[in-house]
Amino acid sequence: MTTTARTPTIVTPARIVRVGLSRIRYEITGYFRQGDAVFFTFLFPVVMLTIFSVAFSETSFGKDAAGHTVSAASYYLPGMLAAGVLLSGLQNLAIDIAGEKSDGTLKRLAGTPLSVISYFIGKIGRALITGILQAGLLILLARVAFGVAIATEPGKWLTFAWVFLLGVATCAILGIGLSALPRSGKSATAVIIPIVLVLQFISGVYLTFTSLPSWLQNVASVFPLKWLAQGMRSVFLPSTFEAAEQGASWNLPGVAIVLSIWLVVGLILARLTFRWIRKDS
Amino acid sequence: MTASASAVEVSGLRKDYHGVEALRGLDFDIKHGETFALLGPNGAGKSTTIEILEGYRDRSAGTVSVLGVDPQRGGLDWKARLGIVLQSSGEQGSATVREQLTHFAAFYPNPRNVDEVIAAVGLEDKASSLIRKLSGGQRRRVDVALGIIGRPELLFLDEPTTGFDPEARRQFWTLVNQLKAEGTTILLTTHYLDEAAQLSDRAGIVADGRLVELGPIDTIGAAEARIPVVRWTRNGIEREERTDRPAEFVARLALDGEPERLEVIRPSLEDIYLELVGNVEAAAAELAASTGEASS
Repeated sequence: MTTTARTPTIVTPARIVRVGLSRIRYEITGYFRQGDAVFFTFLFPVVMLTIFSVAFSETSFGKDAAGHTVSAASYYLPGMLAAGVLLSGLQNLAIDIAGEKSDGTLKRLAGTPLSVISYFIGKIGRALITGILQAGLLILLARVAFGVAIATEPGKWLTFAWVFLLGVATCAILGIGLSALPRSGKSATAVIIPIVLVLQFISGVYLTFTSLPSWLQNVASVFPLKWLAQGMRSVFLPSTFEAAEQGASWNLPGVAIVLSIWLVVGLILARLTFRWIRKDS
Repeated sequence: MTASASAVEVSGLRKDYHGVEALRGLDFDIKHGETFALLGPNGAGKSTTIEILEGYRDRSAGTVSVLGVDPQRGGLDWKARLGIVLQSSGEQGSATVREQLTHFAAFYPNPRNVDEVIAAVGLEDKASSLIRKLSGGQRRRVDVALGIIGRPELLFLDEPTTGFDPEARRQFWTLVNQLKAEGTTILLTTHYLDEAAQLSDRAGIVADGRLVELGPIDTIGAAEARIPVVRWTRNGIEREERTDRPAEFVARLALDGEPERLEVIRPSLEDIYLELVGNVEAAAAELAASTGEASS
């Protein structure tokens, strides 16, 4: 057990990825051991979908091409899927990282040879895996408990896959960027949750988007959640609903463009704001 | 990696916080394989110094080299050679002791065996417990374990035994002696002077942002401060005398009959420390009554 005469070179891409993957596992294990985080980010959309589906179980939200009534569960599923991506990505990571900053976790990590990239791989991987589990749970609940007919066309699922992955990546990166906003871990929920909540109300998650005043629709169109929800509706709602969208179109290219722009904004924000510690604070 | 004679070299180290001088020019070296204790009262600048060496804080002036690298430019390869035990923190602790150590071990190129480290800090019974469910002293042992898991060349221990019961402290001393035997260089801060005396080869005493004393433990303090004290009682009156030749003094004392409660006391590091720090603080209080005191 000698401690001298070695020249470690640990900054190899393979090592950064390997440690990053080990952090995904570590992060997810830790996440599911925190009761409050699991409820407010993981189960929240599931609870909301249940409430809406039960509360409006007698209400018709429209008809599909074959004339079948669209139930509340069918109608709200895409919105809840979009909200889940926002919560698992943005809300969860922003609050989590702000907490890690103030409780000393990041200071400890800063003193180890852990690469920032590995740390980010862990966080984004956690958002992705928990997001997938959450989406699976939502779809399963809608199908099994509320009898929602789920699309089977491969094209729809391809759309779902790219909207979901782009959405998770964008929201997770924005979460990392926004984690610098709260001044302390204690204020993190108070700073982040209102942002997320307002976005959900103006982006067509809880309220029908086109029923909002057009100026509010325009405001919401600046932010990614509106587009994420629209992409999800294009997958899960019947084609008869397309006419009710802004511009009477699902506008998937728009979804891709706006989410990508926010992904880049998030990357820049994260690059500029993320620090292991605030020196000399 | 430059083959430097010393593991740590500090010269003219100064640190200002918004105009308040926390460090006013420190100079010291730590040789490879040496255990060096940095002592001093709260707010004297110990933690500021150690955090500058760890790369957590930027210095205002002076030069610092840690394992041949300027800590302000230390990269991941440099960090892989360090072990850092910070002052206690309030982390979530959502991993078990073994999970946490296994995970951190993966950061390092040549880590120690996880179970050996768990045994070395005496947490075998708690290996599968969540860290948040441990007591303060047990969590502190996890901190120490995380500090040594990467097999560091240089180990920083910032008040490592806070919250330890006496048995845990003895166990910790054994661990540190093992690390020393393996050649680990150690920088220790502690409030327990017996601990510093037990573990370290040399010590520096920081008071009011300056190094007021530096040297091997048994030479700390002016020669005068280390003169043994003979204490005895005669006719109900307690008396004491400082002398370089206590045996001769006691022999003469015995000529007048057996003295009561006779003791020969060699001033401990703690006695010397308290005297030194007391002097500096008294001087500082007189001098700088107007300037605010820098926090640690």
